Amino acid sequence: MSVIYMLLAISILIAIFFFVVFIISVRKGQYDDSYTPSIRMLFEDELVEKDTDVSKFNQLDNSN
Amino acid sequence: MPHSNCFHCGLPCETEEIHFDEKSFCCNGCKTVYAIFRDNDLSYYYELEGAPGKTPELNLGKFDYLDDPGIAERLLEFQDESHHIISLSIPHIHCSSCIWVLENLNRLNPGVLSSQVDFPRKEARIHFNSEQISLKELVSLLNAIGYEPSITLEQYEGSAKKIDRKLIYQLGIAGFAFGNIMFLSFPEYFESGEYWLEKYKGLFHWIMFAFSLPVVFYSGSGYLTSAYKSLRSGMLNIDVPIALGILVLFIRSTVEITLDLGQGFFDSLTGLVFFLLLGKFFQQRTYSFLSFERDYKSYFPIAVTRLKTDGSEENIPVHEVVTGDRLLIKSNSLIPTDSILLKGEGRVDYSFVTGEARAVSKKSGDRLYAGGKQLQGAIEIEVLKPVSQSYLTELWSDAAFSRNPKTAFRNLTDRIGKRFTVAVLTIAFVAAGIWLFIEPARALNVLTAVLIIACPCAIALAAPFTLGNLLRIFGKKGFYVKDTESLERMALVDTAIFDKTGTLTTTRRNSIDYTGIELTEAEAILLKNTLRASGHPLSQTLYKQLAPYNIIPLDNFEEHLGEGLEGRLADAHIRVGSSEFVTGAPPAQAGGSEVHVSTNDRYKGHFIIRNSYREGAGKLFEDLNRDYSLAVLSGDNESEKAFLEELLPPLTPMYFNQKPKEKLQFVRELQREGKEVLMIGDGLNDAGALAQSKVGIAISEDANLFTPACDAILDSSQFANLGVFLGITKKAMKIIYMSFGFSLLYNLVGLYFAVTGQLEPVIAAILMPLSSISIVAFTTAATNWIGRKIE
Repeated sequence: MSVIYMLLAISILIAIFFFVVFIISVRKGQYDDSYTPSIRMLFEDELVEKDTDVSKFNQLDNSN
Repeated sequence: MPHSNCFHCGLPCETEEIHFDEKSFCCNGCKTVYAIFRDNDLSYYYELEGAPGKTPELNLGKFDYLDDPGIAERLLEFQDESHHIISLSIPHIHCSSCIWVLENLNRLNPGVLSSQVDFPRKEARIHFNSEQISLKELVSLLNAIGYEPSITLEQYEGSAKKIDRKLIYQLGIAGFAFGNIMFLSFPEYFESGEYWLEKYKGLFHWIMFAFSLPVVFYSGSGYLTSAYKSLRSGMLNIDVPIALGILVLFIRSTVEITLDLGQGFFDSLTGLVFFLLLGKFFQQRTYSFLSFERDYKSYFPIAVTRLKTDGSEENIPVHEVVTGDRLLIKSNSLIPTDSILLKGEGRVDYSFVTGEARAVSKKSGDRLYAGGKQLQGAIEIEVLKPVSQSYLTELWSDAAFSRNPKTAFRNLTDRIGKRFTVAVLTIAFVAAGIWLFIEPARALNVLTAVLIIACPCAIALAAPFTLGNLLRIFGKKGFYVKDTESLERMALVDTAIFDKTGTLTTTRRNSIDYTGIELTEAEAILLKNTLRASGHPLSQTLYKQLAPYNIIPLDNFEEHLGEGLEGRLADAHIRVGSSEFVTGAPPAQAGGSEVHVSTNDRYKGHFIIRNSYREGAGKLFEDLNRDYSLAVLSGDNESEKAFLEELLPPLTPMYFNQKPKEKLQFVRELQREGKEVLMIGDGLNDAGALAQSKVGIAISEDANLFTPACDAILDSSQFANLGVFLGITKKAMKIIYMSFGFSLLYNLVGLYFAVTGQLEPVIAAILMPLSSISIVAFTTAATNWIGRKIE
C-alpha cells in the first residue's frame, strides 16, 4: 500500500507546479490588464511583421 | 441643410465641409489624420470602428520642453543608450481602433520599436529608438494623429507607481489550499472505516495542516494584524471575531490531529479565509483609468518657457520658477503662478479656479492669478510668487487635505462588529460555563465550537458584495465612485451643496437672449462681421450663435480693449460692447455678460449671454429638496441670482463671490452644526470643499479630463439622475441590514449545534460556505434589482 505515498507526492507536486506557474504569471503582470488582450487577438490577421528583440526587455521590466 | 458627419471624428460638419477621397471631413485636421493613415496602410483603423478619431489640436511648440534631457529622463521608465521605454497616459483611448493604431505606431515611424496599450488604464507603453525618434517627436506624432498624451506635473514628480498584487497572491494561496484540503478531508466525512483510510489518516491530517499554514499566516495575516491593531486602540471592529475564529479553528484543529481526536476543521478554515478574501477582492475593483486623488499638480504643465535677460527662451520645470522670472505664456496655456502681466493682451479664463463664468481681459500691469488659462495670443508675465505659494496652491495646505479619511469613518460592518464580538464572547463563555457543571470535559469543546461557528464570515461579506456590485452598476451608468466606503458615506448625507459654474451650468453651450429693436439684415451682417474680427471670448460666443451670413471685409475695424468694438462698412457704422462704451451709461447690473449694440449712433438693444443650465437641474433640486437641505455656493458674481431663484425651489440659499477657502469654511461650519454634507463641484476652486465634505462629487463633461480630488466622479450626462443614485445608496444599506439578518439566522442554527456540543467538522464545512454563498447570491440579486431603475 505504500503506493499511496507516491500518488500523494505526485498529486501534490503537480498541484504545486500549477500553483507556481500561477504565481509567476501574476508577477509578470498577466493579470494586470485582463481586457486589452481579448481585443488584441482579433487583430492577428491584420498584424503582419512582428517584433523579435523586444521580448527580452519585457522580461527585464517585469522583474520587480 | 442637413450636415453630413465627419468620416474621421464623427462630429457633424457644421462650419465647413471638406471632401477628400470621396469622404467628408469636418476640418483640415481630421482630413490630415485620415491622409496620414491612408498613406501608411493604416486604413484598417476606420474599418474596426466607425469614426473613431479625434480632431488633433495643432499646438506648435507645446512639447518643446521634452527636448530638455532632465525632464525627459524623469518621464522615461527605462533608458539605455538608444532604447527608451515610456508609459504615456492617453485619455482619448476608447475603442478597439485606438488599440490597433497605437500598437501599430511603427508603421508611422520606424523609430518606434513596439507599443502596447493597456485599455483599462488608458495607457500606452512605447519602446522607441532614441536615435531615430526623440521623445518630443514621438509625443508630437501622437498629437498629430489625435492621441495627445497627458503629461502632467503629477507624473513628473511621482515615482514609478507600484502595482500592489498582494491580494491576488493571498487569494491564490487560499484558493489553492482550500481546494486541496477539501480533497484530503472528504474521505473521512463518510467514516467508512476502510482499512487504508484508517491507516493513512494521520498522513492526510498532517498534509492538511501543512496546507493551512500559509493560509493562516500569509493569506489571513491582514485579519490578524487588523484585529490586533483594533484591540490595541480599544475599538472592536469586525476583524476581531474573524481573527478569533481563524485562530481558534487553527489551534483546535492542530490539537485534534496531534492528539488524534479527529480530523480538525482545516477545510472550514481555508474556505473561510478564501471567501473573505474574495469579498475583499470584489470590493477593491476600481476604475484604473480615473484618478480620485488629483490636486493642482495634475492640472499644471510640467514645464514653462522662461525668457532670459538676453531675450532668448528656455524651458524649465515649473517648480524651478522663482520670484522675478519672466515667463512666456502661449495661447491656451495655464498661468502657473501669481504674476504681473508685462506684455500682450491678457484674456484669462478663470472658470476652473474661481468659478467666474466669463473670461476677463487684463492689461499690462494687472495682476494674474495661478491656474487661469490664457485664451488668445502669447503674453509675457513676471512671477510674484513661486508655484507652491500661489493664491491657488495655498488652499492645499489646509488641514482638510491632510486628514486621513480611513480613521475618520467607521463603516457599518465595523460598527456592528463591536456588538457582535461582545455577544459571541458572552454566549461562548456562558455555554462553556454551563457545560462545566454538566460534563466538564466538553466545556472547552463547546467554547471553541461557539467561536468557530459564530465567525462572522457572512456578515463580513454582506457589505463588500452589496456595495461592490453597486459600484459596478453605477460605473456602467457613468457615476464613478472611488470605493465602497464612499457609497456608505453617501447614504448618510443630509445636506447637498452645489457649485454653480461648471456644475449647474454647462460650459459646452450658452444661451443668448436679445432685448431691444430688431436688427435689419444689413445690420445683422455688419454685426456678425464685426464680431468675427475680434478675439474676445464674448464676441466669439456671440459670433458662433448668430445666423450665418456671408463674410464681407469691413472697411474699418477698431477694437477698444476691455470696452468694445467698432466696425464700419460703406456708410453703416456699428458699436458693440459694454454699456459704458455703447451708451455712456453705467450697466444696470454688474456682471459683464451683456453685449450692447448701437448702429449709426442709435441704440438698438443688448444681448444677454449666460451659461445654459444643465437639463434637469430644476427638477433635480425639487427631488432633492424633499430629503436634503440644499444650497448653492458660487465663485461667480450675483448677476444670475434672479434667474437661479426662478429655476430652483423657493428659498434655496445662495451664496456668491465665494473664494475657494470660503467654500471650505462653509462646509466646515455646517459640519460643526452636525450636518452630513455632500458637495457637488467641478473645478479646483471646489477642491477644498470637496475634501472637507463627507462626500465630494465632481461633475465632469469628460471623466478623462481633469477633475479635482473627490470621492466620486459623475458624468455630466447623468446629472439629472443624481437624486436616483443617492436614493439607491440608501436602499443598498437596507439590503446590507437584511443580509445581516440572514447571516444571524445561520449563526443561530450553527450555535445550536455548538452549544449542545454536537458540532462535527462536516456541519461546519457545510454551514460556512452555504451561508457565505447565499449572502453573495442575495446581495447580488438585490442590488441588480434596485439598480435597474437607473435610465
